[in-house]
Amino acid sequence: MRNRSFTKHYYVMLLPGLVWLALISIVPMFGIAIAFEDFNPGRGFFRSEWIGWDNFEYMFDLNDTVQIFGNTVFIAVMKIIANLVVPLVFAIMLNELRFTSMKRWIQTIVYLPHFLSWVILSGILLDIFSYTGPVNELLSIFGAEPILFFARADLFPYIVVGSDVWKEFGFNTIIYLAALTGINPSLYEAASIDGASRLRRIWHVTLPGLRTTIVLLAVLSLGNVLNAGFDQIFNLYNPLLYSSGDIIDTWVYREGLLNMQYGLATAVGLLKSVVSFILIVASYALASKFANYRIF
Amino acid sequence: MTRDTSLRARLFDGFLLIALLAIAFLCLLPIWYTLAVSLSEKSAASAGRVWLWPVGFNFNSYEQIMNDGRFFHSFWISIQRVLLGASLTIAITTLMAYPLSRNTREFRLRNVFMWILVFTLLFNGGLIPWYMTVKTLGLYDTIWGLVLGGGVPVFNVILIVNYFRNLPKELDEAALVDGAGPWRMLGAIYVPLAVPVLATVTLFTIVYHWNEFFHGLVLTSGQDHYPLQTFIQQLVVVVDASNMTEDQYKRLNELSNQTLNAAKIFIAMLPVLVVYPLLQRFFIHGITLGSVKE
Repeated sequence: MRNRSFTKHYYVMLLPGLVWLALISIVPMFGIAIAFEDFNPGRGFFRSEWIGWDNFEYMFDLNDTVQIFGNTVFIAVMKIIANLVVPLVFAIMLNELRFTSMKRWIQTIVYLPHFLSWVILSGILLDIFSYTGPVNELLSIFGAEPILFFARADLFPYIVVGSDVWKEFGFNTIIYLAALTGINPSLYEAASIDGASRLRRIWHVTLPGLRTTIVLLAVLSLGNVLNAGFDQIFNLYNPLLYSSGDIIDTWVYREGLLNMQYGLATAVGLLKSVVSFILIVASYALASKFANYRIF
Repeated sequence: MTRDTSLRARLFDGFLLIALLAIAFLCLLPIWYTLAVSLSEKSAASAGRVWLWPVGFNFNSYEQIMNDGRFFHSFWISIQRVLLGASLTIAITTLMAYPLSRNTREFRLRNVFMWILVFTLLFNGGLIPWYMTVKTLGLYDTIWGLVLGGGVPVFNVILIVNYFRNLPKELDEAALVDGAGPWRMLGAIYVPLAVPVLATVTLFTIVYHWNEFFHGLVLTSGQDHYPLQTFIQQLVVVVDASNMTEDQYKRLNELSNQTLNAAKIFIAMLPVLVVYPLLQRFFIHGITLGSVKE
């Protein structure tokens, strides 16, 4: 059904998007050359001195590098696991609920935090966990000493993961709930005729029905191992928390844009992009092989 | 499903409902708390006496904001950004999605363009090269930096493409027989049928442009150009604790104007709280249908 005269219209339709894509996404890909330069904004991209791998050598000598990669992976992996498990449990609970009108309401409410920004939520969290905030008031009822939460580097990663789960668990149930509608109801009937209890039905019907979805989500989340969540951490952290809370993205921002170490920051950013790219490609390959997943 | 009406089963249902309602309540709690603080007396808030109900109910914080020209200046920048950003993004992504939803017989290079799009999703140049590029393009300190700086939302394009591909092929054939070209096909058939996914993408885009603060921070020279989220971020979140001891940090915490900040945060949430319920009935349908391929 190919019509030659249509093709030129197709290009016209694509044009604005492609120009936008080229300018904002593709041109910067050539800018990674900055990682191999002693970049000087005054001299610009083309006339800065080429120094080869020096930035990378310097990067591997820095203590910061080990710390930020460690912090990033620690926080990101905890988030990945929690964001797979909590929504799964919640989706199964919701699926078991028989009051259908209530179900709608609950869904609408739990999706809401996903749509609020980290600036807003950080403002609220800083208040709730402040020295005289509700959390400390609650602790004092149990006789505990108030805690200065945002000065405690040992607690920070858990606050980050916990608040991220709070924000995203509802939204992350969507995909599970969609998969749950695909489970054949006659399987449940058969199971209850065989005398299976509610929990056994969840174990033997619901969970196997979700197996492909769970595996798929787990595999695809591999690409996020170096994404600890810039917006969230940037708005919650302070220098007292760098030892456990400084991640690649926040470090790149400070060193690159604030301290103007352009070459070094680009090198660290590039390392992150390359590792993430390899992980994502590997995860897509796995997903297409085992779950027959296609992006488009 | 056969319905179990034994006492045990009904107890189970009851507990489940209570647990789910408690979780839903937990999702609203921080929002409600913020509203309560914003309507409370300053002293009560800083002493930590506010829980779920305002203590010393008053509108002082909101009155103070009404007279804050800088707050409304930033608010206005955000409104412009959302209007321009959402309309441009929806138009461009929908236009892009139509040719990309053709199969390779109809549009030979379709897969090539698709892979280019996906590649930009998988790999990027990183913060510094992006920043240098956007600055060189002259988008610094302009509304266009905020509108276009985030780049093409590839995920949304793919969502629309997949939705278009799931529409029945017979429609194409019928329209073709009637002599419709690509533009009429898109405008008269595809767009009206794709309302759920377009509403979903609209919601995502509005929320993105309203919530985004980082571009406002790095692509502008200062407060006069900040969108609302950046304004609030600078006000509420940024603490220069670089040379502070724990004690100093604690004191700073006590000094901050909690009720006023809470009111600003609440106003900044309002548009999302209003838009989300209006568009949410579309989006589950839109996402789930858009993420499966034929």
